[in-house]
Amino acid sequence: MLELKNVETGYGHIQVLHDVNLTIHAGEIVTLIGANGAGKSTTLMTISGIVPCRRGQILLRGQEIQALSPDKIVALGVCQVPEGRHIFADLTVRENLDLGAFLRTDKVGIKQDLEYVYSLFPILAERRHQSGGTLSGGQQQMLAMSRALMARPQLLLLDEPSMGLAPLIITQIFEIIKAINKEHNTTIFLVEQNAHQALHIADRGYVIENGRIILADNADKLLSNPDVQKAYLGI
Amino acid sequence: MDYFIELFCSGLTRGSIYALIALGYTMVYGIIGLINFAHGEIYMIGAFTSFIVATVLSIYGFPLAAIVVVAGVAAAIWSSAYGYTVEKIAYKPLRHAPRLAPLISAIGMSILLQNYVLLAQTSDFLPFPELIPEFAFMEPIAHIIGSSDIVILLTTTVVMLALTFLIKFTRIGKAMRATAQDRTMALLVGINVDRVISATFIIGSALAAIGGLLIASHIGQINFAIGFIAGIKAFTAAVLGGIGSIPGAVLGSLILGLTESFATGYISSDYEDVFAFSLLVLILIFKPSGLLGKAETKKV
Ligand SMILES: Nc1ncnc2c1ncn2[C@@H]1O[C@H](COP(=O)(O)OP(=O)(O)OP(=O)(O)O)[C@@H](O)[C@H]1O
Ligand SMILES: [Mg+2]
Repeated sequence: MLELKNVETGYGHIQVLHDVNLTIHAGEIVTLIGANGAGKSTTLMTISGIVPCRRGQILLRGQEIQALSPDKIVALGVCQVPEGRHIFADLTVRENLDLGAFLRTDKVGIKQDLEYVYSLFPILAERRHQSGGTLSGGQQQMLAMSRALMARPQLLLLDEPSMGLAPLIITQIFEIIKAINKEHNTTIFLVEQNAHQALHIADRGYVIENGRIILADNADKLLSNPDVQKAYLGI
Repeated sequence: MDYFIELFCSGLTRGSIYALIALGYTMVYGIIGLINFAHGEIYMIGAFTSFIVATVLSIYGFPLAAIVVVAGVAAAIWSSAYGYTVEKIAYKPLRHAPRLAPLISAIGMSILLQNYVLLAQTSDFLPFPELIPEFAFMEPIAHIIGSSDIVILLTTTVVMLALTFLIKFTRIGKAMRATAQDRTMALLVGINVDRVISATFIIGSALAAIGGLLIASHIGQINFAIGFIAGIKAFTAAVLGGIGSIPGAVLGSLILGLTESFATGYISSDYEDVFAFSLLVLILIFKPSGLLGKAETKKV
């Protein structure tokens, strides 16, 4: 589905990603874990075309996308829920959701997906006329994910969906990530600090340190890897 | 009392013209965080375009209503072309540069356009044809409000309603609001932000051009420098209302227009600008974000 080959990016004179290689197969949940500042968000922003890729290739179903503009990449079915949610605060919940479907024209399908996300998160249906900025943190996360789902993505990039949420909500969010993956066969690339939960729902995982991928393995193998346990699982 | 109402009406007229120009400042600022100093010149170019079209058409003896419409459309299109081009050549290449760079580029563009019109046209004041006749049915109240005031008020009202509709309900309007609030997220939902920015410049320029036509016909003369003072006044109005806020720009413009009108009427026309800018200073001291502006305008 997605393949990064020798990707390097940075900001100004600082290089952040060094020779990043990773592969995500269709239908998988793949997680990327790493410490603060390791380059996880930068990796997602590079895939989405927001941070320009300086060297290397990003292939989506074999097609090079590293030179495309962000809107073209969304049109190819890659959507991101960025870190910090980025809700359009002055727009209503409903308008936020409509914007998720910005590039779609199939009215019937959009309506179905709206019903679908309302069924996943009934609170959003209840609050649909309220402005996005007035939602609680957890509700905003639900809205951010729903907005991405409204694009009916083939590949969903999630940047720390559990950040700042209560344990109960985290469990719910992870359940829903799994459900989206199962029911819609949506491929998921999940960036997390919460390595434990992430590795439990993921098929495979990558570990990034200082902009370099230092480990890649099946999720259960990573869970039992002593280095990972020490550094990211607090065991 | 009649005098008061007369001043009130002329203040509203003035304010609604300012609003047409101020909207361009505030919309561009809302989307890319730039004070487009060349915007006054776009308005001036709109006035010149409508002058040329109206003069030619009246030579051929077209009816007044047709002249107004054709001149207005031509001015809107021509000014939009300028606004679009200015953004592409002077601001877009500087989008990731430090904030001062596009600002200076904007001042440069303003000077360039003024001098270009000065050279291409003339430095003299040109008599602008009177496009709006005195309507017979206005006769009884003509001492309070003139026909052209009424036309200006009606036109701006219609334009504002159309703009509100566009921003609230259309696809491009939603894209504009999204881009103004969060550019990165707008990109992530698939909005072509370059296109949104262009659309903003086009809409703002068209509004300014309509303002140019209306005021030129109201005052009866134009020259290459009219964009400067009108630009500063409209900018003041936009800041007064809270730059970046569309209702703010309209409110600020009306307040400014009324203040000037009353100051001129009750004190002296010499103090018109003093009052306008004192108002700005007071707002900047007591409510720097403007009347309807957001306190935290942290634009990156
Ligand atoms: N816009 C930016 N300009 C300059 N440097 C940046 C920018 N964004 C990120 N960086 C730098 O790039 C490095 C990687 O940042 P990134 O946000 O990708 O980390 P992360 O792995 O997502 O961390 P976290 O877990 O804290 O979100 C950091 O050193 C950061 O300082
Ligand atoms: Mg991050």
